[in-house]
Amino acid sequence: MSEATVSTRPISQDRIRLRNRRNAADFRLRAYGIAAIGTAIGLLAILLFTLVIGGYSAFVQTHIRVDFPIAAENVDPANPAEGNWRAVVSDAMATLLPGSQSPAETRQIAQILTSNTQFFVRNAVLANPDVIGGTLTLDVPAADIFDQLNKGNISRDTPEANRRVSDQQIGWFDTLVEQGRISTPFNWGLFFNADSRFPEIAGLAGAITGSFYALLVCFVISFPVGIAAAIYLEEFAPKNRWTDIIEVNINNLAAVPSIVFGLLGLAVFLQIFGLPRSAPLVGGLVLALMTLPTIIIVTRNALKAVPPSIREAGYGMGASPQQVIWHHVLPLSLPGILTGTIIGLAQALGETAPLLLIGMNAFITSPPGGVMEASTALPTQIYIWADSPERGFVSRTSAGILVLLGFLLLMNAIAIFLRQRLERRW
Amino acid sequence: MKTALYASAAVITLAALGTTAAFAQSRDQIRIVGSSTVFPYTQAVSEQYAAMTGGAAPVVESTGTGGGMQIFCGGVGPDHPDITGASRAMKQSEFELCQTNGVDSVTEVLIGYDGLSIAHSQQGPDLDLTKAQIFQALAAQVEVDGEIVDNPYKNWSDIDASLPDAAITVFGPPPTSGTRDAFVELVMLEGCATFPAIEALEEDAKEETCSRMRQDGPFIEAGENDNLIVQRLNADSNALGIFGYSFLYENSDTLKAVAVEGVLPSTETIADGSYAVSRPLYIYVKNAHKGVIPGLEEFVTEYVSEESFGEGGYLSERGLIPLSTEERDATRTAVAESTAMTAGN
Repeated sequence: MSEATVSTRPISQDRIRLRNRRNAADFRLRAYGIAAIGTAIGLLAILLFTLVIGGYSAFVQTHIRVDFPIAAENVDPANPAEGNWRAVVSDAMATLLPGSQSPAETRQIAQILTSNTQFFVRNAVLANPDVIGGTLTLDVPAADIFDQLNKGNISRDTPEANRRVSDQQIGWFDTLVEQGRISTPFNWGLFFNADSRFPEIAGLAGAITGSFYALLVCFVISFPVGIAAAIYLEEFAPKNRWTDIIEVNINNLAAVPSIVFGLLGLAVFLQIFGLPRSAPLVGGLVLALMTLPTIIIVTRNALKAVPPSIREAGYGMGASPQQVIWHHVLPLSLPGILTGTIIGLAQALGETAPLLLIGMNAFITSPPGGVMEASTALPTQIYIWADSPERGFVSRTSAGILVLLGFLLLMNAIAIFLRQRLERRW
Repeated sequence: MKTALYASAAVITLAALGTTAAFAQSRDQIRIVGSSTVFPYTQAVSEQYAAMTGGAAPVVESTGTGGGMQIFCGGVGPDHPDITGASRAMKQSEFELCQTNGVDSVTEVLIGYDGLSIAHSQQGPDLDLTKAQIFQALAAQVEVDGEIVDNPYKNWSDIDASLPDAAITVFGPPPTSGTRDAFVELVMLEGCATFPAIEALEEDAKEETCSRMRQDGPFIEAGENDNLIVQRLNADSNALGIFGYSFLYENSDTLKAVAVEGVLPSTETIADGSYAVSRPLYIYVKNAHKGVIPGLEEFVTEYVSEESFGEGGYLSERGLIPLSTEERDATRTAVAESTAMTAGN
């Protein structure tokens, strides 16, 4: 009977419209979701695409193979460090590109190589003094404008007056190409050289070391302090108004803009404690302040996730609270804590604003030897390069960002790996 | 697993303590702060100095002229920098700040000139503007028929019929930049002096009217990143940009200069003063640090050597306009004798 009523019951137009509207709303909601994801992925793709397009050329570097005659007239075997290395370089280049040359032309020819060539040659000879009187063959980075020319970033079709390279300079470069002296190997200098004002020999070594030291300090401070604070709050602290206030403030602290921590660092660490400007130690302290709330929050969550039965079993066996925490609760929550810590450190790695305030955006041509020596960090190095006029720094800026993203990906991958491998579920 | 984690944590801590323990109380690196305009030149000298002598690489920080003066005049001792760069002479107030903090012997070193250029894309038409026209295009308030009104000009042709009929779009530095200070001082204030109604205002009101840039769109503060301005100029051939001459010099394949008062900026016109938008650049050296901070004297000597700031030297390759031969000799004498300043500017 009920079957009959259902089948014969007329479906009113209203009900159909209502159902269609609900279906349409469902469909729209799904479409909005897909559109939102699409937008996010699309923007990310555009970002990565422009970075790769802009930065890939900085991962290779034009080198020129030059035979340097180390004549005794320029370099005194008794005192090689004081030799006339400028002359060694210009002699070598003049032999490569023979023809009648005015002094001005000789100078221009020497400028095909990076300006620091004389120091490369000097260091190579100092390392191997036997070569004096003979010939030293080196692959030397080409000066930025020739590097850009070789990579096609400077168009040969532009009228000569509007180009940084003259037709004559292009002619010289083409001669060197015919001689088979030009090569474009992978740019190891990007990772192993410190900063330089010449894009062709500028690298990230100083920034990577500086970031490493700063993160080390940040970890050494924020990890133990964060865990101790979290253990107390989670396991021992009485539940009252004071602990509530502390809890709310820790959550607020996690949301404080990072520049505020930079100002704090400037006022407290530099001006009151008198720590040196630009030092990774100060950078690490500031980043530790920033990372601390994150670590406290993740540690508390990880501790909370350990089931009470573990604790009760421990107490049941007669263990003291200290024993229960050290022997059971903490080891079981460690994977979660480590994951959160690594993600917190990854955030700290990309942080720029506080480092600018404490002077970690200085120009230094050697990597720091310790946490007290002035240095830059990866994001501040990118900031400096983005502001430099030379054409080569445009691609190096993108390359620097790619390297930073690479480190972030690596750290996040480690965090995911730890979570997958070590995390226990109950 | 547990022991491995504890062990690695211990190793990392020990490594950190090891490096921390090794720090030295005194300083063996030269520390330099100051103007972002002088920054590239100081960078160049630092690198040359470090490579040549093998001494510790100087730490060069770009803090802006005013910020640099504050830090520089903070006191004497390893906690304070040895040199500050400036894109203008030291002010009297800064000189007094230095004196108060015991920095009583400072040598002023004039290193060269810098031109401010107004440039646009190679595709744009050649332009020749007077300072008065630039003021009319960029000021918040201008004089029209003897009245001071909010800037009504939208197109260049509104200002003068001989100028192209294109919208005014100018990218310029933000108020925090020394380039902006110099632009206001060298172009806006002078351009504004040609208008009688503004000239008749009270001193403060005049200064205010002359230096306030318009906020209604045509003048765009592009941040401190001059490379971004270059990109945007390439995208829009009607737009103009304001930046240091070194940026124009490095990008001469895509950009060209706007003539100001009939003169195009070039090494020659800036050096002889015929291009009117140029300014002197200085470094200030703390004499009390000479002989204390290793290498400071050698560094300054390298800065004022002929290979560096002379004609054809490596600073001129970066866009610095060299001083005349006599001025260079005078600078070298001042450095050699550590001439102390007796008053600010």
